[in-house]
Amino acid sequence: MKTLVKILKKPITSTLLAILCGFLVAAIVLLLAGYSPASSFAALFKGIFAKPKYISNVIIKATPIILTGLSVAFAFKTGLFNIGAEGQYIIGTVAAVCIGVKLNLPPALEIPIVVLSGVLAGAIYGGIVGLLKARFGIHEVITSIMLNWIAFYLSNYIVTLDAYHEPNSTSSLPVNESSFTMLLPKWKSSEAGMAALKPNKWLYEVMLKTDVNFGILIAILMAVIIWILLYRSTKGYELRAVGFNSDAAEFAGINVSRNIIRAMVISGALAGLAGSLAITGNAPHRIAQMAAFENNGFNGLSVALIAGSSPIGCIFAGLLFGGLLYGGQSVQQEVGAPTEIINIMIGTIVFFVALTKVVPVLADKLEKRSAHHAK
Amino acid sequence: MEVSSEYAVQMHGITKMFGSFCALNNVHLDVKKGTIHAILGENGAGKSTLMNVLYGLYQADAGELFLNGEKVNIKNPNIAIKHGIGMVHQHFMLVENFTVTQNIILGNEVTNQFGTLNMKKAREEILKIVEKYGLEVDPDAKIEDISVGMQQRVEILKALYRGVDLLILDEPTAVLTPQEIDDLIQIMHNLVSDGKTIVIITHKLKEIKASSDVCTIIRRGEYVDTVPVADVDEEELATKMVGHAVQLVVEKTPANPGDVVFEIDNLTVKDERKLDAVKNLSLKVRKGEIVGIAGIDGNGQKELVEAITSLTKAESGTIKINGAEIQNTTPRNVIDHKISTIHEDRQKRGLVLPFTVAENMVIEKYREQPYSKGGMLNSSEILAFTKGLIKDYDIRPEDCENQAARGLSGGNQQKVIIAREISNEPDLLIAVQPTRGLDVGAIEYVHKTLIRERDKGKAILLISLELDEVMNVADTIDVIYAGTIVSSFKQGEVDENTIGLLMAGGKINENVG
Repeated sequence: MKTLVKILKKPITSTLLAILCGFLVAAIVLLLAGYSPASSFAALFKGIFAKPKYISNVIIKATPIILTGLSVAFAFKTGLFNIGAEGQYIIGTVAAVCIGVKLNLPPALEIPIVVLSGVLAGAIYGGIVGLLKARFGIHEVITSIMLNWIAFYLSNYIVTLDAYHEPNSTSSLPVNESSFTMLLPKWKSSEAGMAALKPNKWLYEVMLKTDVNFGILIAILMAVIIWILLYRSTKGYELRAVGFNSDAAEFAGINVSRNIIRAMVISGALAGLAGSLAITGNAPHRIAQMAAFENNGFNGLSVALIAGSSPIGCIFAGLLFGGLLYGGQSVQQEVGAPTEIINIMIGTIVFFVALTKVVPVLADKLEKRSAHHAK
Repeated sequence: MEVSSEYAVQMHGITKMFGSFCALNNVHLDVKKGTIHAILGENGAGKSTLMNVLYGLYQADAGELFLNGEKVNIKNPNIAIKHGIGMVHQHFMLVENFTVTQNIILGNEVTNQFGTLNMKKAREEILKIVEKYGLEVDPDAKIEDISVGMQQRVEILKALYRGVDLLILDEPTAVLTPQEIDDLIQIMHNLVSDGKTIVIITHKLKEIKASSDVCTIIRRGEYVDTVPVADVDEEELATKMVGHAVQLVVEKTPANPGDVVFEIDNLTVKDERKLDAVKNLSLKVRKGEIVGIAGIDGNGQKELVEAITSLTKAESGTIKINGAEIQNTTPRNVIDHKISTIHEDRQKRGLVLPFTVAENMVIEKYREQPYSKGGMLNSSEILAFTKGLIKDYDIRPEDCENQAARGLSGGNQQKVIIAREISNEPDLLIAVQPTRGLDVGAIEYVHKTLIRERDKGKAILLISLELDEVMNVADTIDVIYAGTIVSSFKQGEVDENTIGLLMAGGKINENVG
């Protein structure tokens, strides 16, 4: 009984229970709609794990939302609700395109400049939100929602500019190849590369059929760096103190305004990094006219919630999310069930993550009842 | 004890567990109708828990509850209210941006025949109660604009407005002035002679003697005794409460003041409504001296502290420490000039509650070596430092360095703050209401600590609403009224009544001073 209570009190247990509940609700919805849950889930898992290419694509899909998840989680830890990750992501892609199309340097220079341009743009964009909150007390949710729309239309406007527009299309020009962050982009499609990869079927498929890129490594590295920043550095100590209790932090001599701005700059930079890595790492390496938000930032919100705002947890939550998004396509193809079922599942998981905060409380009750019985 | 309708409340064998922690173990309480019954105990003894069980906020794990001789099962406060039980909590339960009237009628609104609010009638009814009991409150003021003392009155009014038969008061006098306390005790007597019953939770022995008929003592969740108040003296009550003999008045040697360390000259500070809250205030604190500021809540103490700590702008005047002017700088600069402050609101300004005790201990020092180096925290140094302070200041539980500060009792939270501020080795230590909400044992500890620091040659500024505290601890007593120091005395020069009169804005004849 004691070990059970202990297990129930671990945060990961609640999360896993929530995921299970998500699958259960999805199964019920599938049944009601007249599809077999078993074959749907089989299709989902096949769509994630059946081929090396699928796994690779899941990781590629997960990379930006791990980073935007990290952006939102970091903001949560510092007492801010960054619903503007979507806009900061878009601004990151716009900056990467603007620089990457015009600048053509050797990759060793080009890649850092293009990637960092997105980081900088996201940082400034987040910083505006922080500044408005610190200086004028305007709530970050309001300003960042508005800035999301500004980023959206700014991106669509940039696409139409002669300097960036790809003729006869709805997209911008692609960034120069020197800024690509895929693994050996030229070599793998050369004859020598193909010959070298051929004997290993697994590598061959992953390398040639997907945009394997460095993004996931950077995302994992960032998660670790953010964890160290938050829990091991003096700056992170300040940020958390301000996030938990700005009155006490102020009284202890911590500059509250500066830390709010700093938190939003870092949060925005992470979302901007997600944007620029998406441009340099994945085809078609350009931005296109958007009809609606593509949700890379909003999905980060769900990732951060599932991860309980833990930076390291964002890696796993992002992979789960990426897997569901990517594998969900197979559900439609193979079973014919609409992909919305995946959205229902994700929604349910987030809902139950919030709900399963009661699990530790229930564990307490269980403990008490067993103590009573022992008497 | 037998169950009888002579008793308004009988609680028999109440046991309440929180997880594995036993907050109450087989506690009894029998309150006779028409009496004032005090429940005495240290902080964390279980007084509030017992009352929360009575009020339906908690469910007892064992035990029986009788009202007027009939067994009842109070599952939630709504049932308690239906039984005519009213409770004024220690932490106020008011809607900050509602007016006094709106708060009082909330949940019990007066409506006219169309079902719309009849605020005029509600206001009149409230004013009647206000007048009857002398609980002066502006019924149209917003809660966020009035002082803590005023908010307390609103809470008491709220219960009175509902016409309760049994009124539970949880530490009701913590923020009232001596005069206000006398008034409250008078109100309590009025209520009782109306046939109502009052249960008062307190650890202030003097008030029990002044107000109550019977007193039940609880210690660490265990029932100790129930005694008629007339038959015991304060020392006996204190001994029963703490479990061993305590000193009620701190012993100290005469002060040996040195040079002036801290000096405020002609300071004026405006409050949130742009009115002068502190007006041409001047004071001096010397080395090795405790200067106490006595005054009623809302006479500029809050603004004075905020101006010294640079949280608020000073309109005019100077604040000097060791000759350096520090007004209108930053809180950081004030701390760097060796001023440490024990703030009255330990949960808002004093501690970051979700932080661990260790994290809280270094909130002013985390940037200094050895607690951090090169921007990275040195957790082993921070833990070692914290463990040392936990031991020196007897903070409990003794292995709490990695526990969230939220989990500590009020007294231990206060010890964390005191330990931290004194460990800064300040030249001036400001203590604002340092014993607010603490029990007798902890108060004795805080007072001894302040005097010990004084004897080490520190300058100490004590700002308190507890007149007894200022009278007992301070070497120099400054009386603040309407934002200015109206009189200054050496300890022992004048009595409590004179100071109480000055605090209320009265004047004394020259031959009295």
